[in-house]
Parts: sequence; structure tokens; C-alpha cells
Amino acid sequence: MEPVEVLQKAMIIAKKDLRVEFRSREIFSTMLFFSVMVVLLFSFSFLKSSSKDSEMIAMGEMVPGIIWITLLFAGTLGLGRTFERERETGTMRALLLSPAPRISLFLGKTIGVFVVLALVALFVVPLIGLFFDNGFLSNMPELCVSLLMGILGFSIVGTFFAAMLLQSRARDVLLPVVLFPILIPLFIGGIKSTTGAATGDTMEAWFWIRFMLTYNVVFLTAAFWSFESLVIE
Amino acid sequence: MKKTVYGIFALGAMAAFVWAPFRIFYEAPIQKTVLFFNQKIFYYHVPCASMLFLAVIICGVASFGFLKTRKGVYDDVALAAGDCSILFGAITLLTGMIWAKPAWNVWWQWDARLTMSLLLWMTMVGYVLVRRYGGLGAERLAAGLAFLGSVNVPLVYFSVKIWRTFHPPTSTVPNLPTSMAKVFGFCMLTFLVFFVLLLILRTKIAENKRRIYACNEQGLDAGLF
Repeated sequence: MEPVEVLQKAMIIAKKDLRVEFRSREIFSTMLFFSVMVVLLFSFSFLKSSSKDSEMIAMGEMVPGIIWITLLFAGTLGLGRTFERERETGTMRALLLSPAPRISLFLGKTIGVFVVLALVALFVVPLIGLFFDNGFLSNMPELCVSLLMGILGFSIVGTFFAAMLLQSRARDVLLPVVLFPILIPLFIGGIKSTTGAATGDTMEAWFWIRFMLTYNVVFLTAAFWSFESLVIE
Repeated sequence: MKKTVYGIFALGAMAAFVWAPFRIFYEAPIQKTVLFFNQKIFYYHVPCASMLFLAVIICGVASFGFLKTRKGVYDDVALAAGDCSILFGAITLLTGMIWAKPAWNVWWQWDARLTMSLLLWMTMVGYVLVRRYGGLGAERLAAGLAFLGSVNVPLVYFSVKIWRTFHPPTSTVPNLPTSMAKVFGFCMLTFLVFFVLLLILRTKIAENKRRIYACNEQGLDAGLF
């Protein structure tokens, strides 16, 4: 099949997913609520009162950590739901039976997850900037690219495993088990590049953004290559 | 016939395990510059770490073979290698911690190689968890995890390498003095025999299990029970 055709079909599937999501706003609202809750929990865990007055200050450079852990947890929550919806209504089989190649299915789902998670990040990251004001929003381009790269990588690997886990028994508990070890390099890259953006060290930020780009390319290739033989009904 | 061969090898490995401490403590010289007596654990730590990496490589290759050919044999080997990697990984991490306490005065150091080994071990634990609790089609999923996990290894290595490195470099092994190298080679061989034995026997168990399952299915299809 032509690459353009594959992409077109992927866009159709992504559009369908986003339309369903836009009408119910189920995943988006639960993910957003969960993220804000996690940020709140972090504030209780890691804020200490400053020595001078009764003001509460954030400990060191923990803001990038908060951003990435929040996105990671919220993303895992949404990822399970994306495929659970297909399974509940029995439409996964229909998708697999449709003339679209498996790669389009994978790409479409990835784009859907990416857009929703990016929207959540759009709300949560400024919120974190508001709560923990330590000037990490100063290097906007680096921060945005770093977030987009991280979310993209998460969507690729996450969709891959969520699709594979679809038929297995304890999929809710197994998704983090298989996903997190694989995501570690991306997570390190995300933390480092966001820290670089926060502290004004743009060289460091771009270095780790390039590393994340490499990660994404490698896993996109690996997913393309093995997705077909892994998802068979 | 085969059973006798396995038995002989098992007895040999057992005897070697009994003999090894004597060789380590009486034959090999004490390292006299930095580490002194606590260097002795090296003869267990490094062979176990090597077996961990060997098991991971075997698991990755076998999983890849399974994904491409769909032959059950590959899957059995991958499962056996996965189980072995858990065992040797646990020994590696534990002996490493025991060694780290006197050598670096901490139980754990977030250095590149330690982090890497821990992550590799965690990935393999994930693999075994998926195998055990995944239900139907778990072997395919686990094979996918092992495949992606092996793709992940260089990336993990690169990303954690930027951190400080406390661990002695790998070039230590070829530069060992001969008296130490002899004992080290002996330990390495002992662990290798032990590992291969475990791997073969575990593969056999997995194979038999798969066969019984297939027979059961056939029986059900034929309406026997």
C-alpha cells in the first residue's frame, strides 16, 4: 500500500477517535482531573516551609519531575481507556476487519492519544508553573519541543503495548509493568531537557531533545516492523 | 542416556561449587592495593552478571525467532532464559550490594552500570509477570516486550551513562594477574555449566507443559472429556 494511503487511513481513524472523545470528553476530563490531583499531592509531599518566613517553597529543581510524572501517570490512565472503549463496544474487531492496514490503525491510535495528552499538558503545565513559580516557563521553545517529543514517544510506545495487551487478562495492571521499563530513557531525556529549559541551559535541553527524537525514531521503526505480527485476532 | 549426561554435568557443577570457595580463598592471591579481602566476592559477582547478560541476550534472540517463525520451541527457550535471568540478576544485584557496602561504604550507588543492571532486571521481571498473569496470548505479548526491551538496551545505556561512573571498568577482567584469572575462569566455567543446565531443564519443562496443553486441547476437541 502507498505510504500516502496509509497516512490517510490513519488520519481517518485518528479523526474518529478524536470525534468520539470530543463528544464525550470522558478521557480528557478524567485525565485532567487526575493530573491536577497528582500535582496537588506533589505539593503536599515536596513543599517545605522556607526558613525566613512562613512561605512554602519548592525543593530545588523538582518541577520537571512533577511535570513528567504527572503526564506519565495521566497518560497511562488514558491509554488503557482508549482501547477499553473499543473493546466494550466490540468495535475493535470491526477496526481489524476493515480494509485499513494494521499500520494505519496503529498510527491513527497513536495520533489520537498524542492529541489528547498534548491537550492535557497544555492545561497542566501552565498550572504547575502557576503553583510552583520558579521561572521554568522562561524558555518557551525548548520547553514546548521537549514536551511534544516526550508525549509523542509516550504515545508511540504506549499505543503499541496497549494494543498488544488488548486480549490479555490482567491488562490494567500489566500495562504499567510492561510500559514503564521501556519508557525509562525517554523519561530521563524528558526530565533532563525540561530541567535544561528551566535553568536556562539550552544546550543541554537541545541535546536531550535530540536524544528523545532518536528514541522516537527507533521505537516507531520497531513498532512498524513488529506491530503486524503482534496484533492478530 | 540424555538423563545420565545431565546428571553427570549436574554432579560436576555441584562438585565445582563446593571446590570453588577453597580455590577462591586459598589459591587466589589477596588484592593488595585497594580492595583487600572484599575483592573475593568478585569471583561470584562477575560470573553471575555475565550469565544475566547471556540470559537476556538468549531471551531476546529467542523471542525474535518466535515472533518471526511462530515455533513453540523458541518460546520455550525464551521463557527458560527469562526465568534464569531473574535468578542470576537477583544474585548479581545482591552480591553487588554486599560488595558495595565495604568498598564504597553504601549499599547502592546510582552509577550507570548499576542502574542499567537494575533496569534490565526489572524489564525481565516484567517479562515473567506478563508470562504468568497475561492469560491467553501472553507469550506473544511477552515476546514483543523482550524484543522492544532488547532494542531499548543501547538507549538506556546511553542515557544513564551520562551519570557518574563508580563501577570498575570492564577492562579489569582481561588484565587480571594469572593466578587470579585461573580461579576466575574456573568460577566462570562453573556458572556457565550451571546456567546451561538450568536453561535446558527449564526449556524441557516448558516444552512438556506446552505439549500437555496441546494434548488436552485435542482431547477436548475429540470430545474425550
